Amino acid sequence: MRVRKNIATSEEGFLFNPTIGDSFSTNAIGAEIILMLKKDTSLREIADFICDKYDVDRSLFERDLEDFSAQLKEFSILE
Amino acid sequence: MEKIRYERPVIFKMNTGLMNKFGTKTNNEPVTHIESVPVKSMLSQYGSPLFVISEKQIRRNYQNALRIFKTRYPKVQFAWSYKTNYMNAVCRIFHQEGSWAEVVSGFEYEKALYNNVPGNKIIFNGPDKTDEELIKAAKNQSLIHIDHYDELYSLIRLSDEHNLKPRVAIRVNMDTGIYPKWDRFGFNFENGQAWNALTRIVNSENLQLVGIHCHIGTFMLSPNAYAIAARNLCELAWSVKERFGIMVQYLDLGGGFPSTNTLKGSYLPGTDTVPSIDQFADAITDVILTYGFTQDELPLLILETGRALIDDAGYLLGTVLATKRLSDGRRATIMDFGLNSLFTSLWYDHKISPAQKNTNQTEDMVMFGPLCMNIDVVRESINMPMLQKGDQVVVHRVGAYNMTQWMQFITLRPNIILIDNENETHIIRKAETLEYIQSQEITPEHLK
Repeated sequence: MRVRKNIATSEEGFLFNPTIGDSFSTNAIGAEIILMLKKDTSLREIADFICDKYDVDRSLFERDLEDFSAQLKEFSILE
Repeated sequence: MEKIRYERPVIFKMNTGLMNKFGTKTNNEPVTHIESVPVKSMLSQYGSPLFVISEKQIRRNYQNALRIFKTRYPKVQFAWSYKTNYMNAVCRIFHQEGSWAEVVSGFEYEKALYNNVPGNKIIFNGPDKTDEELIKAAKNQSLIHIDHYDELYSLIRLSDEHNLKPRVAIRVNMDTGIYPKWDRFGFNFENGQAWNALTRIVNSENLQLVGIHCHIGTFMLSPNAYAIAARNLCELAWSVKERFGIMVQYLDLGGGFPSTNTLKGSYLPGTDTVPSIDQFADAITDVILTYGFTQDELPLLILETGRALIDDAGYLLGTVLATKRLSDGRRATIMDFGLNSLFTSLWYDHKISPAQKNTNQTEDMVMFGPLCMNIDVVRESINMPMLQKGDQVVVHRVGAYNMTQWMQFITLRPNIILIDNENETHIIRKAETLEYIQSQEITPEHLK
């Protein structure tokens, strides 16, 4: 699961697809996840990191990550 | 090290285009208390979902409306509209404040008697009154508002047979310039039917004509419609006085004042668009005071206001059962209350607040109820913080009609509690149980 190469990202959570001109915004945790995905971090490692940093139950986060990555695919941000 | 507060990751596509000039700031301030009682503790003590009624707010609403009318007109009487909310505790608060009872069925009539309302302070409206109910109401000197000729002639016959002198009024329907025109109840003003009915009553031996009544509609947004209604009732009263030398004792303008809920399809919230009770009071009292009656003749003004006095005293507390994403990408939130308990979500875009502090991030969502029925939608589109399973919400202005029109459908109806003037909570209607529902069922022997 990789972020498309042409997608420009910022640490603040702004994304831009120069090919089709779409832009997106994410919240802080979304930006963190996208940056990790850019570095080819696995979903398991992402879950480890987030659950360590944030006050969240792992099973809840896994559901949310599933939903989030589905959205990223829907918006053609993930390959 | 303390962990950071979690918020679900979310991404939005940014749209370009003109700003929506009707856009208003999203108000997602959490509502953690109702009249100083924590929402969380009420839900843990009484279960979720839960209806909550504020006694203080009922009394504030009543006293405010009474003051508004009494500062404009010398003789005013409110009659509590039972169908709006006939929980006995609610009715008794209104009766303690001085309200009479306005009922539309034999069932409601009996409830009013049970709530210790004297018979002569019960207004009996509606098209459905049996002979037995009419006899009882006549014997109790209740105010019987006649809806149709069949009822009028039944009452004349029953008065002869039982030697009764019922106190009656007629309900009048009319064109007040609003749509839809309500003409299914009562006698029509424009075509002379109302005058004919009044004439028939005056010419009867036993019926005492004491008032004239109308109820022009519900959730009325035009004070001018009430001015027209008041003028027409005054015209009938004046004609009765001129022709028969009888001055009716009261004019009953019915109910219909709106609450500040937002009707579906409205651009702006009800809090910004609904006329105040002052405007309705001005419209009604200006007409009656200037019609030409002498000070002694001025009739008692009766109002059957329901919704505007109770809606904002009622809350529905509920809990998120699940969140999911629909095939078109929209977020869906499933609540533990739906159309079954919140019947008014068919008419209103109810204001719903989170009951806990969430992060500032919000998202648009569809809010569904728990029923396995496609129609069970609480809000088609609402912007809320990112709710998750177990989060609690407060639905505002649910005091009118929900606790009378709710359905026992698929699941059981929840507790209703009252927060009294000292902020103590009391269950005023117990949550239903399987035994309660099944107690009315009888299984034939061969199916046991």
